[in-house]
This record gives sequence, structure tokens and C-alpha cells, in this order.
Amino acid sequence: MKTARRGATGSARRAPAAKARGGIGHNAAALSDADRLGLFKSMARIREFEDQVHRSYLEGLVHGTTHLCQGQEAVSVGAAKPLREDDFVSYTYRGHGHCLARGMEMENAFAELFGRSTGVCQGLGGSMHLQDIERGLIGSFGIVGAGMPVAVGAGLTAQLNGRGQVSMSFFGDGACNIGAFHESLNIAQVWKLPVLFVCENNLYGEFTRINHTTPFEDLVQRAAGYAMNAVAVDGNDVEAVYAAVEPAVARAREGGGPTFIECKTYRHRGHSRTDPAKYRPQEELDAWLKRDPLILYRARLKELKLLTDREADQISADARAAAQAAAQRAAAAPWPDKDQDFMAKVYV
Amino acid sequence: METTYREALRQALDDAMTADSAITLLGEEVGRYGGAYGVTKGLLEKFGKERVIDAPISEAGIVGAAVGAAMTGLRPVAELMYVDFIGLAMDQVANQAAKIRYMFGGQIGVPMVLRAPCGTGRSGGAQHSQSLEAWILHMPGLRLAMPGTVSDAYHLLRAALRLPDPVVFIEHKALYVRKGELDTQRMDAPWGRAIMRRGGRDATIVAYSRMVHRALEAAEALAADGISAEVIDLRTLNPLDMETVSASVARTGRALVASEGHLTGGAAAEIAAQIQEACFDWLEEPILRLAAEDVPVPVSPALEAASVPTAESIARTVRRMVHR
Repeated sequence: MKTARRGATGSARRAPAAKARGGIGHNAAALSDADRLGLFKSMARIREFEDQVHRSYLEGLVHGTTHLCQGQEAVSVGAAKPLREDDFVSYTYRGHGHCLARGMEMENAFAELFGRSTGVCQGLGGSMHLQDIERGLIGSFGIVGAGMPVAVGAGLTAQLNGRGQVSMSFFGDGACNIGAFHESLNIAQVWKLPVLFVCENNLYGEFTRINHTTPFEDLVQRAAGYAMNAVAVDGNDVEAVYAAVEPAVARAREGGGPTFIECKTYRHRGHSRTDPAKYRPQEELDAWLKRDPLILYRARLKELKLLTDREADQISADARAAAQAAAQRAAAAPWPDKDQDFMAKVYV
Repeated sequence: METTYREALRQALDDAMTADSAITLLGEEVGRYGGAYGVTKGLLEKFGKERVIDAPISEAGIVGAAVGAAMTGLRPVAELMYVDFIGLAMDQVANQAAKIRYMFGGQIGVPMVLRAPCGTGRSGGAQHSQSLEAWILHMPGLRLAMPGTVSDAYHLLRAALRLPDPVVFIEHKALYVRKGELDTQRMDAPWGRAIMRRGGRDATIVAYSRMVHRALEAAEALAADGISAEVIDLRTLNPLDMETVSASVARTGRALVASEGHLTGGAAAEIAAQIQEACFDWLEEPILRLAAEDVPVPVSPALEAASVPTAESIARTVRRMVHR
């Protein structure tokens, strides 16, 4: 059974931004059946990629640390959905999901984490520094908040290009307390730049819960200080994320300026690979695990009769097999040649 | 034609912006006010507010925006009102601009210029008078220009605006009113090459930025006493043209490095070390450094002037090196 299509993309663009402010807004923009299955597959692909990274880490294949995003897939996938190929996306060290949502090849991503020459950055960047310029993935930044002024600069380029491009900046709740965050929001608003500030509020900055570091948990409140259009959504509901982001993207394309989108979510794992995350109350973790974005969306697609459990399991199994095969190929790839590649790329 | 260092910089921006529509200026007071030191005066009127952008007082935001704009197709020129403010933007300079090409596997560069004035001479005090080039020199991935002459102010800035990598372009604020010859069609030497400003036999004085003029004054005074000092102007510290420096020191056998940055861990120390490695067999005397005292820059004109090398202290040191 299909849902009624209420408002094609075109009419959503004309909808006042205030509509998105209302909250979940499932009806803000239409998604086709194929779109919906695509969202599910994309989230499953990220989940299986991250689970494979975990296994590969235990096998000693991942060099340095890695920051996994299981539980936050709906944000990457839902927010990326309304973007065009020529838009700019910047993200954080917990950035595998953002890259995969924009179509980065698993094998090149694994190879980067494994320090191999076939990595997206030829083994020079690693887990915290994935970039794929061809896909508008301008970079994952290892310093909290550092990608935000860069995203503002990409927004400036977009504005001056005059082709309706936008710049999307993903960052976490921790970044909301760093100076670069405040400078970025202020500048983007004063210059009316087409920037989407997508805040992934997973409640923990490294090992500390938000209530110890920030005077409130609803980070959408930060936007008011900059008179910025803002919306808070359930970041574990992929369609809610899409419905909030799509009108904001359309608004930005039309010169309406930036929007702050707080996505309330949770990471299933610790901050980084050495963190067992024992500091989180069990009941909090259990409650969020029940709200796993893949479980929620599977139920939704079943309700819509777009997917059976068997089909959903098959999608995950296929993604798992693809991740395993990609990791295997990546692990067999050659190391960078230390005599040839080591110094060459510092300057042109 | 004769013009000033300030006007040469303004002319370079004007000509470069005319030639390349991707060049965009951003910074505090660069537009309506025309720049704290007047370098960007008139450019807003000529190129419009889309290309000459007044920014809030947000150094990290300004430099970061320049990084992002450079990564995505613009060629931004960000201005810091004083190089002393670079600490506020240092993450963007050292962790982003410097590293983006390398850590992302060479997919993309950051073709931006970060302009900032440095130096003593205006009683600016401890937080508005520093010479922080060592901070930049230390970081792979950043080009560093420090023009001392009117001609270089123009030509090095034009060259910086054609490079594929980030350039920190440090101007000396005491030089803004200095006059000199400018031929916009002729550059003294290519980008990245040092230049001999005065030939000599007995000692080499290596300098850059304002110290070039103090070294030349010193050489003039020494000549009156029959001491022949050669003056090398580095022009850029990254690239650092050790070929020209070494060729000179190999001839004179003596080297003095003069810098307005602090002595300890400073640019002069790096240059001296490189001379030692390249020229040990030719050296008649230990390499000496003259640099700013290791104190915050004092305001009182008497103390401020005493805290950095002067033509007199350079000449005195060279006399010591040649034992005359």
C-alpha cells in the first residue's frame, strides 16, 4: 500500500519554513516507494559497514582509533537525501556514515581505515579524515567544530556561484560549546549563506553526558541566539530527518539563508574504539536501542507494505556480505610506497 | 614608478581581482572602512560587496571560511588586522589549511592567502607588535612570504594569488608608508628565490621584511669602515632559498641572520642551522643570530626600539665577526 503523496518536492519548496518548525512533519515532502527502500538500504549499508569496521579493528586491520556511528544512520541518510550532486558536505571524525550516504565506495573507505594505497585518501588520512571530492564530500575534520567555519566558506562559494548549491555541515552536541560553532552560526546568518547546520545530538561529548557540559539538552535553542531558522527532529526517524531537512535545503537554495537542524539521536557504541561506554545508564541505552533507526524504519516500511521481514533481513545480509568482501579486498591492497608517496602531497 | 608599500599591496589586490574573478577578500574592516591599515581602500567600491566582505570580529570564522571557500573554488584573501590575532585562528591555519591537501590524499588544495601585518614601531604593545613567522614556518603545508620592498609587496602578493597552496603573507606595518620603485611588469626574482640586495666579500647578512632595510643601512655604515657586507633578502621563508644563501656564505665565510621575531626557537635559528649544515666547511666564524629579545614587546618607544635588532646592532655584530 502506498501513502498519499501530499506535496511533491516542488510544493514543499514553496512551503513556509515555519512548517518544518512544527516538528516531525512526515508530510512535508513526498517520498516514493523506491526512495523509501533506498533510505532503508542506505542505512543498512552504513550499519553493516560499521559492524565490519568493528570486526576489522579487532583483527588489527584498522590503524589508529575509529569512531563508529551505529545508531545515528538516520541522520546521515535522511539529511543527505535532499542534496544534489554539486552540494558540499562536511562532517566529523564520526563520519563514515555521511560518506557512505553520499555513495562512497565501501572498499575505498575500508582501505583508508586500513592505511592502504587504495584508500579514498591513499592511506594518508585514515578513519578520521575521509574525503571524496567527486561526491561533494569535502572532508571529515578531526578537531571538534573545526569543520563548521569551513562549511561556512563552502556556503560562501555556493552563494557567489549563484547556482543554488548548498553546504551541509554535520557536527555533534560537543561542538555546540566551542568557539568555532558560535562564529560559524553568526557569520552564516549575517551573510545569509546557504548552510545547513545539522547537529547530531547523541547526548554525549566524548565520555561526558550533555547535562554536565551544557545548560540545556535541546540544542536547537542555540540557534535563537543567532536569529536562525531552526528545527528539532527525532534523529532516529529517517523520514522525520528528511522532512525537516528538505524544506530547509530548498529555502537555502532560494537564498533564504541557513537553518539549524537538531537531530536527537544516540550512538550505540562508545566514543571511540577503546571506550566501552560504561558511563551510560543501562536503562538509557536500552531505551535507545529499542529506538534503533533501522528497527523503527523496518517497522514503518512493513506497515506501508513495502518490505517484509524476510526482505529486510536479506537487505542486511547482502550489505553485510558486501562489507565483508570490501574489507577483504581492502586488506589485500598494497601499502602506500614510503619512498614515493610519503612527502609528495604536502604542496603541489 | 615610485609608490608606497601600502599602495603596492592595494594595487596588487586590485590587479589580481581584475584578472581573476574568483579572488574574494574577507576580514574585519576590509570593506567600508578600507582596512585597518588602509590596504583595501577603494576595493569595495570597485568590486562590490560580494567580493569585498566585511566580517564580524571572528578570526577562526574568517580564516575557516577562507579555507572552505578555497576548497570549493574561490581564491579568498583573508585579512587579520594584526598577526598577533592568529592565535584565535590557529586551528584553521595549522590543522586545516596546512593539512587539507596532504591528509586527504592530495585530492584538493587550499589556494588562499592570509594577509597580516607584523612588527614593532608603533608602540602597539605586547599584543599588537609581534613577529610570529616562526609559528608558520614550523608547519608543513603553509607557504610564507615576508616582503621587505615595495616591488616585492606587489609581486609576491600577485604570485601568492596564483599558487595552489595556502600562503601566509606577513606585511610589516612600519613599511606601509615606505616608498620605493615599482614596475608591475618586472619582478625582482621569481617566487621562492632569495635575492642579493647588496654584494660584499667579508660577511653575509641574511634578512627579510623590515630587517632588510636595517641590514642595508648597516652594510652602508660598515662600508665606510672598509668592511664589505653582503645582504641577502629571503623574501619568502617557505620556500626557503638556501641555495642563494649558501652560495653567499660559501663566498664570505661569515653569516649573520637578522630577524624581528623572538630569538629562541625563531626563524633565525632555523636559518642558522640550515647554513651550518650546508656551509660548515666554508665558515670562518660561528653563525650569529640577531633577533627580538625574549620579552613581550614593551610599549615605551625607548624600550620597544631596544627590543629588536637595529642597523647599529647589526653593524656592531658584523664588526665582531670580522674582528674589526
